[in-house]
Amino acid sequence: MFEIVLICLIAVALAIPLGSYMTGVFSGQKHITDGFFSPIESVLYRLMRVNPNESMTWRTYGMAFLMSNLILGVVAFLLLKFQQVLPFNPDHIGPLSWDVAFHTAISFITNTNQQHYAGQAQLSYLSQGFLIVTLQFVSPAMGLAICVAVLRGMIGGKNNKTAKEGEERDLGNYYVDVVRGVVRVFLPLSLIVALLLAWQGVPSTFFGAQHVQTLDTQSSMSSQTIPVGPVSAMVAIKQLGTNGGGWYGSNSADPLENPTPLSDVIETIAIVLIPIAVVFMAGGLIRRKKFAWMSFAAMAILSVSFTAATIYSENQANAAFVGASAMGPNMEGKEVRFGSELSALWGALTTQTSNGSVNASMDSFNPLGGLMARSGMLVNAIWGGVGCGFVNFIVYVWLAVFLSGLMIGRTPEIFGRKIETKEVTLLSSLIVLPALCILGFTAIAVSFPSITGNSNPGFHGISQVFYEYASAFANNGSGMAGLKNDTTWWNLSATFMILLGRYLPLVIPLMIAGLMAKKRVTPASSGGLTLETPTFCVTLIAVILVLNVLSFLPAAVIGPIGEALQLSAVHVGN
Amino acid sequence: MKNQTVQTMTMSELRQASVDSLKKLSLLKMASSPVMFIVWVGTLLSAAITLYQAVQDKPYAMALITTIILFLTVWFSNLAESVAEAKSRGQASSLRSAKQSLKACRIKGESESWVAAADLIKGDRVKVRAGEYIPADGDIIVGVATVNESAVTGESAAVLRESGTDHSSVIGGTKLLSGEVVLEVANDPGNSFLDRMIGLVEGAQRQKTPNETALTVLLSSLSAVFLLIVMTLPAMANFMGARLDDTMLIALLVCLIPTTIGGLLPAIGIAGMNRALKANVVAKSGKAVEVAGDIDTLLLDKTGTITFGDRQATEFLVSKDADSIEMIKAAVWSSLDDPTPEGKSVVLLAENKGIDKPEAPADAEFIPFSPKTRISGVQLVDGSLMMKGASDSMKTWARDHQLSWPDDMDGLVRKVAKQGGTPLVVASNTAVLGVIALSDVVKPGVAERFAQLRALGVRTVMVTGDNPVTAGVIAAQAGVDDFIAEAKPEDKLALIREEQAKGRLVAMVGDGTNDAPALAQADIGLAMNSGTQAAKEAGNMVDLDSDPAKLLSVVEIGKQLLITRGALTTFSLANDVAKYFVILPAIFVTAIPTIGTLNVMHLHSPQSAVIAALIFNALIIPALIPLALKGVKVRAITAEKLLRNNMLVYGLGGVLLPFISIKILDVIISSFF
Repeated sequence: MFEIVLICLIAVALAIPLGSYMTGVFSGQKHITDGFFSPIESVLYRLMRVNPNESMTWRTYGMAFLMSNLILGVVAFLLLKFQQVLPFNPDHIGPLSWDVAFHTAISFITNTNQQHYAGQAQLSYLSQGFLIVTLQFVSPAMGLAICVAVLRGMIGGKNNKTAKEGEERDLGNYYVDVVRGVVRVFLPLSLIVALLLAWQGVPSTFFGAQHVQTLDTQSSMSSQTIPVGPVSAMVAIKQLGTNGGGWYGSNSADPLENPTPLSDVIETIAIVLIPIAVVFMAGGLIRRKKFAWMSFAAMAILSVSFTAATIYSENQANAAFVGASAMGPNMEGKEVRFGSELSALWGALTTQTSNGSVNASMDSFNPLGGLMARSGMLVNAIWGGVGCGFVNFIVYVWLAVFLSGLMIGRTPEIFGRKIETKEVTLLSSLIVLPALCILGFTAIAVSFPSITGNSNPGFHGISQVFYEYASAFANNGSGMAGLKNDTTWWNLSATFMILLGRYLPLVIPLMIAGLMAKKRVTPASSGGLTLETPTFCVTLIAVILVLNVLSFLPAAVIGPIGEALQLSAVHVGN
Repeated sequence: MKNQTVQTMTMSELRQASVDSLKKLSLLKMASSPVMFIVWVGTLLSAAITLYQAVQDKPYAMALITTIILFLTVWFSNLAESVAEAKSRGQASSLRSAKQSLKACRIKGESESWVAAADLIKGDRVKVRAGEYIPADGDIIVGVATVNESAVTGESAAVLRESGTDHSSVIGGTKLLSGEVVLEVANDPGNSFLDRMIGLVEGAQRQKTPNETALTVLLSSLSAVFLLIVMTLPAMANFMGARLDDTMLIALLVCLIPTTIGGLLPAIGIAGMNRALKANVVAKSGKAVEVAGDIDTLLLDKTGTITFGDRQATEFLVSKDADSIEMIKAAVWSSLDDPTPEGKSVVLLAENKGIDKPEAPADAEFIPFSPKTRISGVQLVDGSLMMKGASDSMKTWARDHQLSWPDDMDGLVRKVAKQGGTPLVVASNTAVLGVIALSDVVKPGVAERFAQLRALGVRTVMVTGDNPVTAGVIAAQAGVDDFIAEAKPEDKLALIREEQAKGRLVAMVGDGTNDAPALAQADIGLAMNSGTQAAKEAGNMVDLDSDPAKLLSVVEIGKQLLITRGALTTFSLANDVAKYFVILPAIFVTAIPTIGTLNVMHLHSPQSAVIAALIFNALIIPALIPLALKGVKVRAITAEKLLRNNMLVYGLGGVLLPFISIKILDVIISSFF
């Protein structure tokens, strides 16, 4: 228990200064590192043929985001499809099938990292070490860029002082934001984490797989092939960038990805470090530190509750064996090295942050732990993915402001800008979208069990399908395993879900921010709603919970809740 | 307008409302409220299921009960709207009744002819004589008259209306008491303020206000989510080998979609307009009432709004050389024939100090005030003089009459001026006696109202032509947040523009023709009914009582409108949490018995649970009609406290109430099974 509190405190303590550093990065403040970073950035701008001084409206910013993703997607697909003829393939790995390549390409450009292939065995070093790692750097930076643009829009854009009411606002330059994010945030942090992990024993090499003699030569297997590679670099950015796609198929449960207790602590902190820092960065960018603390409080309350419930759940005996008088915590699918608590902590944080890396099997969590994991993904704004998590959070804030505004008798406004029919219509589409995608596809998939390939019948079967789609929609990428997901149906439906879950929840808020930015600003008055109060914080938490409970409770009842009841009923029966 | 007559509904009105609510059941009309449309479609589906099961000889009681309750839900919601409309109509028609079957004497060139008032068009000239009813809204262009406007305003005291002044407009249906006037009709038939107001509250012409539209969109999206849940649930249950009952699914859907707020939304909007009308404010659009809740800055004329129209004597300051009785007597004598309110107030103040008003001797010679001399007074037969006037004029007069100027005199004059008053020096033919302080008197209760407005976040700015010193004193007394002194009429317009450029929403009150541009520019322009037609046309609200402080009520009505919607939305959504606990176990328990454990409320049976939930869902609508019509109480507390209170009452209360109510209903229902 002590180490869990310590991990959380260290994460927050590191996130606060990181947040203010990031504020400087995205507001273009002078920094002592400029001499080092600026030349690198200039080279990148020239290579990409972009003008870093160009200002963008929400439209051009959004288009740049979508176009850059399209180009990256095509390149990623081609590299994966033709990896067998490309260099850096010492183990002569063959091409991916078209649907897996498609799913993988989309999965990585969207920061989802859902893997329908077995990591090291199906990807060449070029695919893993260059393509995947590059996307793992670029995709969180893109999400962060959109978040920064939305935040700029919330205070009227960079040209707020000079622009007239109704004039399009400058939300920054997309390419500059992405490049600065990669160069000044993700690369330096990854370097530090990669070095720490390499020190702890995570492989870091360009040599091919190691062939070794097993110690027990009597067994049927006398030699073993151990795939290695530039693992520590990838693990670092996989954790920091809420990516989650590991080098090895078993992710951070693999002793080569996560060899020691200390490496587990480092990797756990890396999951939440940037997502928490984004909250403080936001406070700096909109020049409302108190708003950042209110947001931090709301997220922290939810995060601690969800995490505590998960830890409690995994400290109980395995639900399936309750009748068999099982003792001790639920250790099924967990590394003995980490135990139930560190596994539960990781499981809770990785789903809250849309990271999706694992150090234990989510499929084997007790029902309550599984419920918490999927709740984290459905809310998708308790820290959330880098950038996109805070964008989702802002959407909840807008909804809470609308409701609260009515309740205090003023046309709802945030930072002096009114939320009117147009914005509410866009927000409403974001309310319907998750239910439409996740419930709709789950219903279709369970209606045709022949294509879903469930390993489990009943409640757990529904849970698996629901989890897979929720994970895809939330761009989380973790899986509940046990689902035969490498089929054309799963590849295509999950890809479709990932696309909807990535682009609409980023572009629609950008649009709302762009529309609100050019509105008339009402100066704050005592009759207006103050967001930085405990009352609003509680209202916000209530809105987040009620919206998700209303949308997804019935599906949870015939999922993990039903499963828990069934298991306890068995226990009572015995 | 008599509030009592419309407060309580007569039986016949209620019957009328019930009939109206049935007329609203047509699918076309229902489509304007997506939430209730879904319930209505659910009712029809459920009726079809009932019929099908009856034909198939299957048990159909559950389906039938569901159909009936769903129908009642829709009907209750329509009833809420009809009741609100009926109330407004009652309110409006009591205003309109006076106008009907009036005759008008129309002047065309030289000829005069009698026509029905309804045939008058804009620009017609009409002659009205003493004792006749004024046939239409209009402006007096010739003549002066006293008018009894009690039919419209409820105020029986006669008011003076005169051509060429700021008080030239008259309202149709009011009675001319004396005089004879010619007036120009201001509107085409059916276009008067009252006609417009009536149109606003009647369903057909009622347009949704911006916030109402936004809320409707949000509620529709939530309904869409619940529709998706109900559509996908059978597939998931099917995977478990369970088949869900169609009637139960319809019941689940209806319980989940926000029927409470969806059903009451139109009634809330109409009731808001109705409250405005009840306060004797005629708004030209529903939007105007809603915007009133957002007002940041309130611009008020000092004179007539904050203070009584005229300056009044408030103090006698006696020179150290003079006797106070002598001084007050001189002041009274000099004011005996002074017809101005200032003069009258001097006499009144003296009476308050125990000095009775003397009878004016017939042979006294009064010296009237003239702009040239700027003094006035009286000369008695014995030749003694009693004069009062501005201090510099009196100084000259004293010098002319070889009177010494007491050395404390300048101090007294300065003292009065410093307090924002106007000093009038009083003298007799023997000595300069003292100073009368004339001051503006702030209306009672004004400061409290401004404090309330401030608590609601509204800044008050006073506009006056006075010098800054005087203005400052009054501003401090009245408790306004800011004031503009030495303001010219065009300064108001500039000030409104300036405030709006800072992003503030501005309300202003005005009555004169020179106020018209400012009234039009302001986000809320409240024109006084006593004012000119131009002012009334320019503003977006008219106060029939001509009480500028009415703006506070309008702001409250606007806020109340939004708060009522917000509170009931929160309530409606909070209800769903409890309803889930009732219906989810009920819907699954037959197919998947383990889920029955979730029946934490220990409801009798799945059927009784669902019926109890549906009945609660239906009854909560009529139960909340009074709240919807009256509006949530607005108190002058900070926004955070307001939010906290509403979250506790409607949020937390909304979660708890259905748990208790449904349990009670279930106990009652189960006693029948």
